[in-house]
Amino acid sequence: MSVDQATVRRIARLARIRISDNEVPKLEGELNRILDWIELLGEVDTANVEPMTSVVSMQMRKREDAVTDGGYPERVTANAPQSDDNFFMVPKVVE
Amino acid sequence: MSDLTRLTIAEARAALDAKEFTSLELTDAYLAAMEAHRDLNAYILETPEKAREMARASDERIAAGKAGALEGIPLGIKDLFATEGVLTQACSHILDGFKPPYESTVTANLWRDGAVMLGKLNMDEFAMGSSNETSYYGPVKNPWKAKGDNKDLVPGGSSGGSAAAVAARLCAGATATDTGGSIRQPAAFTGTVGIKPTYGRCSRWGIVAFASSLDQAGPISRDVRDCAIMLKSMASVDPKDTTSVDIEVPDYEAVMGKSVKGMKIGVPAEYRVDGMPADIEALWQKGIAWLKDAGAEVIDISLPHTKYALPAYYIVAPAEASSNLARYDGVRYGLRVPGEDIVSMYENTRAEGFGPEVRRRIMIGTYVLSAGYYDAYYVKAQKVRTLIKRDFETVFADGVDAILTPATPTAAFGLADQDMASDPVKMYLNDIFTVTVNMAGLPGIAVPAGLDGKGLPLGLQLIGKPFDETTLFQLAHVIEQQAGRFSPEI
Repeated sequence: MSVDQATVRRIARLARIRISDNEVPKLEGELNRILDWIELLGEVDTANVEPMTSVVSMQMRKREDAVTDGGYPERVTANAPQSDDNFFMVPKVVE
Repeated sequence: MSDLTRLTIAEARAALDAKEFTSLELTDAYLAAMEAHRDLNAYILETPEKAREMARASDERIAAGKAGALEGIPLGIKDLFATEGVLTQACSHILDGFKPPYESTVTANLWRDGAVMLGKLNMDEFAMGSSNETSYYGPVKNPWKAKGDNKDLVPGGSSGGSAAAVAARLCAGATATDTGGSIRQPAAFTGTVGIKPTYGRCSRWGIVAFASSLDQAGPISRDVRDCAIMLKSMASVDPKDTTSVDIEVPDYEAVMGKSVKGMKIGVPAEYRVDGMPADIEALWQKGIAWLKDAGAEVIDISLPHTKYALPAYYIVAPAEASSNLARYDGVRYGLRVPGEDIVSMYENTRAEGFGPEVRRRIMIGTYVLSAGYYDAYYVKAQKVRTLIKRDFETVFADGVDAILTPATPTAAFGLADQDMASDPVKMYLNDIFTVTVNMAGLPGIAVPAGLDGKGLPLGLQLIGKPFDETTLFQLAHVIEQQAGRFSPEI
């Protein structure tokens, strides 16, 4: 599998990372170099093999559905680039 | 004063107990060493005020007879661990200025046991790298240099700052993390000891996430005993991390010096790679001989899917990273680059905030998870992962107690190496011996075992059964007794 320039732009869009026109060919080369190498996995017969979803075989521990934390919005928003009245401020999302 | 920094954690702990000096004196000695060696760029943030405050509190507890397991011991903390009120930026521009209002569970455990924080240690950005050259704050220099050559060398990565600081005696020990080899490879490059415990042994809560099914915290230290001491404090089950496992943390230190007679050690044929330097093969043979001398039985084993671990890792890890790093969008913390609308803000922030290696991995991850490719890549890689784990399970079921391999395919290489820079895959190959262990979720320890022809440290790796770090410490101690200790001229 390999990517072309249009795919590189599409991936950047999905990843929400702006890339400039002159970066596209270099990225195309680097991604294809990695994807090329990954092709090695095609050699492995994985028919009838389950994908590994958990490294350690365990049931996820659950907890009581109770509020045990919170009530300090100033601390939560303290690192925000822009905040007001304990809200995170961003450019308009909905027209 | 500088002699105080020559003491291991075990030695310092005993001396503090015997009132030979105070934690404040020990801490001041380390702070002075840090200042004298800023050229290594191991620390990206020194916290002298906090260190002294913690040292004084430790001295009070020691005087009152209430010393904890690490009371008064000055440690360096990898920048990936959230330290309350102290900058935590994963050495990335995109987390500029982030000061967590919470403490990671692992570091909270260390402070609970009385340790002192000297500062935050440099690392590859978001733990992505094998040379500490992707840090926003510049590379770290290995305190080791090749004989007769003044060229600066890398300390390995991603925990390059941690390994360099321990080797250069700028802390008594350091915390680190390992996703594909980021504790074991830098430990091997710097002549220090590093263990990646079993997945689930240490809590990941409060550690900036890279690949959630692979990440694991662990210590880097000067010797095996110190490593055991640190892991005992770091490990815990945590209700805030549902992947942490509720298994008692043994007294790892207790097995130092216990006989390994009768233990079965596997040597996997597939770890003998083409073009492996003669130095490394020779060291591996030495390790085998030492363990045999100590009464262990060494047998040849096969781990057939070994060569597929690294390519599979470079699907799984970037995929998980692309998901974990989606949160860095300029909204709630860190860097924000303005845009005419919200999407532009995201795109501008992430373009400026992420370095090229991080961007590369996010893009690979995004691609392999995208519609139409998920089965071909991600599911395929997860199936290969099952086979890799099965290789180990088969060998352990056959009675093997631990597996002995080299830790790295070479000794430390030069900073800004052109060969490495020309091809991203070349850098990835540094993890060829370590990555299988993360893919299988097993514990792995790197222990210094010798020097190469240029006088640079080389390490051996031991891979163990799940939650059997005890056996690894026991075996590593045997190797250490035979190999000796290695320190750079500094």
